[in-house]
Amino acid sequence: MSAHPAHPALAAGARRPLARLRVLGGGRLRRACLALLTLFVLVALLAPWLTPHDPTFGKLGDTLLGPGADHWLGTDQGGRDTLSALIAGTRTSLAGPLGVVVFSTLLGTAVGLFTAWRGGWIDAMAGRALDIVFAFPALLLAILAVALFGKGMTAPVIAMAIAYTPYTARLVRGLAVQEKARPYIAAYRVQGHSAPFITVRRMLPNIAPTLLAQSTVNFGYALLDLAALSFLGLGVQPPTPDWGAMINQGQAAVLQGQPLSAIAPAVAVVLVVVAFNVVGESLGDRLAGRDS
Amino acid sequence: MTAVAARAARVLRRLAAMAATLLVTSFLVFSSLFLAPGDPASFLVKGRSAGPAELAEIRRQYGFDEPFLVRYWHWLEGVLHGDLGRSHLLHQDVASVIWSRLPASLLLIGVSALMIAVVGIGSGVVGALRRGSRTDRSLMLLVTVGAAAPAFVAALLLRSVLGVQLGWFPTIGNGTGLLDRLHHVVLPAAALSVTFVALVTRVTRSAMLDELRREHVEVALSRGTPRRTVIRRHVLRNALGPIVTVSALLVSGMLVSTAIVETAFGMSGVGSLLVQSVDQLDFQVVQAIVLLVVAAFVVVNALVDLVHPLIDPRTAAAGSAR
Repeated sequence: MSAHPAHPALAAGARRPLARLRVLGGGRLRRACLALLTLFVLVALLAPWLTPHDPTFGKLGDTLLGPGADHWLGTDQGGRDTLSALIAGTRTSLAGPLGVVVFSTLLGTAVGLFTAWRGGWIDAMAGRALDIVFAFPALLLAILAVALFGKGMTAPVIAMAIAYTPYTARLVRGLAVQEKARPYIAAYRVQGHSAPFITVRRMLPNIAPTLLAQSTVNFGYALLDLAALSFLGLGVQPPTPDWGAMINQGQAAVLQGQPLSAIAPAVAVVLVVVAFNVVGESLGDRLAGRDS
Repeated sequence: MTAVAARAARVLRRLAAMAATLLVTSFLVFSSLFLAPGDPASFLVKGRSAGPAELAEIRRQYGFDEPFLVRYWHWLEGVLHGDLGRSHLLHQDVASVIWSRLPASLLLIGVSALMIAVVGIGSGVVGALRRGSRTDRSLMLLVTVGAAAPAFVAALLLRSVLGVQLGWFPTIGNGTGLLDRLHHVVLPAAALSVTFVALVTRVTRSAMLDELRREHVEVALSRGTPRRTVIRRHVLRNALGPIVTVSALLVSGMLVSTAIVETAFGMSGVGSLLVQSVDQLDFQVVQAIVLLVVAAFVVVNALVDLVHPLIDPRTAAAGSAR
């Protein structure tokens, strides 16, 4: 702490903490997971050009085909090519969690910075409020949102963003309270800078790496929750391709001994979530100086 | 203040905090109805045609013409007397619908909790005692995958392999009679456990490692106390605190996951009732189940805070010193 320069001009180093993040180096597992995530993001972006068949509707003559030259992963009960649905489903399956993470990170950061800066009773009240939200698990809040506003993704994404906010808000608040005690913040205050300027422009960059690690892990969990919602038939509605909905639709085929149309999206869900967890946690470990 | 008085004060404070949390959460669950688009009375009978007479009856029954807080008060009074409202779809009391579904869900949760405790704590202990070994590394890899394997994926794989391919377990329904019920609940309980076993393993392992590093463990070992005794009475005993605390936080996630597992295995329980009720627009039932899940979470966490000093007396000492 004492090593931190008190003069704002010397505090430049504190403003470039992202330089500390050499994400691309390090363990093989971490690199493999990053590569995997990059691949999935590319697939999501290029989905319409990658699908070999129509990802939404199949041919009725082609129901429940095994894997073959024309259909690498076979077809489902509606005769839809599983690989095409998987590729197209990458979009919906990644877009939902992205919404949750962006919303909850913005909201949580705002709440965390504000309460840490103000302190006192505002901080105490906000802490209580966050505890209350914490009692509502994300998936339950999403199900309640569907019950109120109907099936689809918009309401559940907003509900889950609210459910994820306490995690981010607590993290940001804790870090911001530590930062606030540092001399560079006192220096900015003495110079008469405004609270929004100091917290957002000067404090936030120092918190950002840890926040990024947390948001990465959150992305994985949000993906799980939204896939579960679609699996329950309450989220993305068929025939729109989505991993959770595909697993749900493929269940009947599982009982007929043709599990591929359900297992392929299940494997995709697990792979992506493992990758997000590994990347997020190794990021967190690295920042905490616990590099293994 | 004497120790007993201090303890009593601590218990009362915690119970008061629990009551306050229950009050606020119940208010939020109650108010959620009014977030729904349109008139609340017609929202409650959504999906079916209801005449003006029926709508007027609902409006009177729910007191939609009274002030908001009065409505909440009447609703809360009902809930405290076990009246969770009436399902307009099933024409039954919500409480009795839930009550009839509860035993199946409790069996599922009980068997699953047993699996989580035995397998989770067991493999956490093994991992910590053989830190860095091949066993430990494979366990950690399994934990990483297990934590990311949602209940519906676990359900799918277990059904596909153990149910359909090998035919060891039934793949659908609740079963009848005790043994048949237990046979039916094995796969669902396993599917429900996977994620939580992974999390409990991780927590147990790190709590054990923290304790193993302590001086008192080294002292006990150097005095010639058998290693097994030290592990059991010093290491595991002290590690139980964090394990129990984290497990309590997992309760709500587990309760919600019963919805997934029961739906996947075609079981009739409270979880599948929640999904069906959302599907069939039976909001009264949804609201009641949400309320029960949240209340269960709040109560379990309060209980764990109260029981914690019995497991680990140091926390009580720390609490009264504050």
